[in-house]
Amino acid sequence: MIEVKSISKSFDGKKVLDNFSSKFETGKINLIIGKSGSGKTIAVKCMLGLFEIDSGGVFFDNRDFVNIPEYEKKDIRKEIGMVFQGSALFDYMTIEDNIMFPLKMSSNMTLNEMKSRVDFCLNRVDLKNVNHLFPSQLSGGMQKRVAIARAISLNPKYLFCDEPNSGLDPSTATVIDNLLKEITYEFNITTVINTHDMNSAMEIGDNIIFIQEGRKEWDGNSETLLQTDNKYLNDFIFSSRIFKKLKGLN
Amino acid sequence: MDFLITTGRYILFLKSIFSRFEKRKVYIPKIIHEINELGMSSIGFVSFISIFVGAVVTLQVAYNLENPLLPTYIIGLSSRDSLILEFSPTMISLVLAGKIGSNIASSLGTMRVTEQIDALEVMGINSASYLVLPKICAVMLINPFLIILSIALGIVGGWMAGNITGICPTEDFLLGIQYQFIPFNIAYSLIKTIIFAFIITTVCAFCGYTTNGGSLEVGKSSTNGVVYTSILIIIFNYFITSLLLS
Repeated sequence: MIEVKSISKSFDGKKVLDNFSSKFETGKINLIIGKSGSGKTIAVKCMLGLFEIDSGGVFFDNRDFVNIPEYEKKDIRKEIGMVFQGSALFDYMTIEDNIMFPLKMSSNMTLNEMKSRVDFCLNRVDLKNVNHLFPSQLSGGMQKRVAIARAISLNPKYLFCDEPNSGLDPSTATVIDNLLKEITYEFNITTVINTHDMNSAMEIGDNIIFIQEGRKEWDGNSETLLQTDNKYLNDFIFSSRIFKKLKGLN
Repeated sequence: MDFLITTGRYILFLKSIFSRFEKRKVYIPKIIHEINELGMSSIGFVSFISIFVGAVVTLQVAYNLENPLLPTYIIGLSSRDSLILEFSPTMISLVLAGKIGSNIASSLGTMRVTEQIDALEVMGINSASYLVLPKICAVMLINPFLIILSIALGIVGGWMAGNITGICPTEDFLLGIQYQFIPFNIAYSLIKTIIFAFIITTVCAFCGYTTNGGSLEVGKSSTNGVVYTSILIIIFNYFITSLLLS
């Protein structure tokens, strides 16, 4: 479980994360939803230590991740996988090298063991015969799958995804959502996903947190999401005609 | 104030490069790759410039030596000293600041804006050390060879120009380049080159690594890297010369 306690973050005096607290449960998909610019990505990057927080704490299974030296953070980071919004694959490496990279840097596996792990991860995300291609030779959806394969290569306990299906067509987005769901349940991972895609929220969100202007405004699940009377959340969800119809508005 | 903040950030950046090293076996192939990428690919460019600069230096020296009492071997001697002391180490370093520096700044800037550097950090890798240290080592190792090559080809260019135009016969030119040769001048030239190599890699890497924004900012970082590096090379050139030759 990941626990975030009252974290705040400001840039140039502007508060972008204000006393944000939450618990992200193990073996579940924990979604952070909110408008663009609401602070979702900052929240995740603060949790990962990519931004130094102004106050508060982040705990990975009760292990403090903020007030420890950098070399101790490294041990926790080995247990974290991350899928970035733009995939963030190393463009000068082949797909095989991309997935092998965390293994080379953080494990004592032999080359053969690493290669078989790469094949396992690629099979798990339904990609075949791409080992020797470069990221630029793959479609956006395939790059996302490679990013997921790289993220799970070290058997992470925690998986973070920043807008995993942004820029993808609806059917590919559903494939990615389902893949993340399967991986989370199969490997009992604590998964935290940032999204503003309501389809994802309805499909895969076990726990959902809604952020508005850097503050946690609401939390619940996909069943309670549509029944909420929170004004900001309603404005966010029912801004599209489909969801308005679902709610019986207009 | 901005200058002090940027200088402070640069020093912290240097500290992060030289701390929390990754496994040694990770660096060696990367250093070899960077030597090839940044150094070997510059050989043709450096050679071309050096031959022509050497030729121009010789012609200019000859043009300024109008007194018939001065021996013509002075042309070879002056060309040699100009190339060793100033043209090769400083001018070629400035040229390399443009070629190598912009490559470093733009590649790191692109990695920053496409979150590849964040991906390294999430994996627990010291991205500054992993990405920049091999570049520093590679450029500090290969640039002295490029400068020696530049000096040699500059002298060849000077000899060719002197011969073709007939202003300095081969015998006189060869006598000039050997006359009163001071080996320390080569050491001085290489010391300058190594310091300039450090400036080129670290300043441009700092500009690229701290890029914030999108592709436009990557371009700005690349330009800033080359401009700051060129200014620093000129300033350090003065101080190194004052220290070593005064």
